[in-house]
Amino acid sequence: MDRILLQLNNISVVYSDVIQVLKGVSLSVEKNRIVSLLGSNGAGKTTTLKAVSGLLKPENGKVTDGTILYQGSEIQNQSPETITRHGIIQVLEGRQPFKYLTIEENLRVGTATRWGKPYRQDLERVYHYFPALWERRRGLAGYCSGGELQMLVMGRALMAHPELLLLDEPSLGLAPLVVKEIFRIIRQINEEEGTTIVLVEQNARMALQIAHYGYVMENGKIVMEGSADDLCENPDIREFYLGMSAAGNLKSYTEVKSYRRRKRWL
Amino acid sequence: MDFFIQLLVGGLSVGFLYGLSAMGFVMIFKSSSVLNFAHGELIAIGAYFFLAFVTWAKIPILLSFLLALAGCFLLGILIERIFLRPLIGEPLIFVVMLTVGLAAMFKGLILFIWGGNLFTYPDFLPKALGIDWKIIRIPPVYGATLIIGTLFLILFGLFFKFSSQGIYMRSVADNQRAALSLGVHVKRVFALSWAIAALVAGMSGMVLGIINGVNVHDLSGIGLKVFPVVILGGLDSIGGAIIGGIIIGLLETFTGGYISPSLRDVVPYIVLVLILLLKPYGLFGLKEIERV
Repeated sequence: MDRILLQLNNISVVYSDVIQVLKGVSLSVEKNRIVSLLGSNGAGKTTTLKAVSGLLKPENGKVTDGTILYQGSEIQNQSPETITRHGIIQVLEGRQPFKYLTIEENLRVGTATRWGKPYRQDLERVYHYFPALWERRRGLAGYCSGGELQMLVMGRALMAHPELLLLDEPSLGLAPLVVKEIFRIIRQINEEEGTTIVLVEQNARMALQIAHYGYVMENGKIVMEGSADDLCENPDIREFYLGMSAAGNLKSYTEVKSYRRRKRWL
Repeated sequence: MDFFIQLLVGGLSVGFLYGLSAMGFVMIFKSSSVLNFAHGELIAIGAYFFLAFVTWAKIPILLSFLLALAGCFLLGILIERIFLRPLIGEPLIFVVMLTVGLAAMFKGLILFIWGGNLFTYPDFLPKALGIDWKIIRIPPVYGATLIIGTLFLILFGLFFKFSSQGIYMRSVADNQRAALSLGVHVKRVFALSWAIAALVAGMSGMVLGIINGVNVHDLSGIGLKVFPVVILGGLDSIGGAIIGGIIIGLLETFTGGYISPSLRDVVPYIVLVLILLLKPYGLFGLKEIERV
């Protein structure tokens, strides 16, 4: 029981009092692990992350049912200011840099939860993981490439010394080589810092390669879970998320498209 | 030539003041996208705080000045806490209308306490602050304005560029959602920007009070002049506010001096209309960095 850092018990999330997005999601995240959350668009992955980080509130969403336990205490519906100070940092989808701040200033915003404490060493740690940022540290973030921005927002989150890092689609819109590099660094951060990571991804193949455990979401529910290796072997996952036939060859998109109708669990 | 230099110096210092008070306006707009219609009243309140400390409480000038600044700072925080925080999440127009209400309230309060008469501060500025060299004659008050104004500008420049709190403030102006996700205390940033805005507004109110005397209607009228200044400089540029202020100040004094004193107060608004037609983002307004 001690090993569990984050636990969601049967939570429901409603936006604007009428739109129910999560319908009883339960999952648990062990310490020092990478847990990946897979699923198609609109399955509720991002909403799950926001429920944890407290960012539902400014979007008019609310956890109406269930509990979120972080290190044993309930944190659902707390403000983002409070939750980030517990050590939970979410890296938003679509990167969201501060465009008119330099790279280094962007990183310094990451110290908000530890205001007043020295941050030089943290800066160097971030530059150690992302040497590309060091070269551009005086440039405006608005002029960086997508890959650099992804590194920037992850580095910015690291500045806060998170215990739990929520990564929302870090591979979105990046070239395959860059994606590979980013995932390598995610794994490295997990191993060297011991940071627990929840990874939301469309790129199931890459996500399962680095994750220890995985959950599959569909229509606001968890429909499948298992260790990353088990999930990789699962015929349904292979078919629907890895785009392979049972025999292991890649299938074409036209075939993949009609799978939705045949999903057994819906 | 003598006359020209007099006007130049006068215009520069008045413009500098406009710019400083516009800077507070821009700061609120940048951090929370709120147009503050109570800005003129904040300017007036600063002048009256100073007046109260100097003439009623008979506190030494320098201490009064600092106390009045502190009072304005506190007032800014209170405004955010009491009136604006409950409106977070509501449409922006509510907040803007609220500032219109605040303006009426503050003005009424000042009229209630002090009445609409013209007050003057005792003459306290040392002669050494002025310059009297051949044809260049700068009255002490303008010298003081330039010194204090420059000091404030440097301080705020350093604050926003290097201090952590200043960087958090800029991050909120830049991308509120991302700032929130990193645990930046967005409400504290709003409070701080109102406090700083009230502080610089109050400061320019005090100096304007020294130059023209303290009168509610005159001082709160300056709040309206903030609009041409910020629209000229660009609504979201702090540096632009200063330069816009100086341009408007110079235009005013030169029109007043060479053409007709009655045109003096009209010129800023003519400029406002022209700028809106020709360069709607102002001289230094932000051009979005767009990535596709």
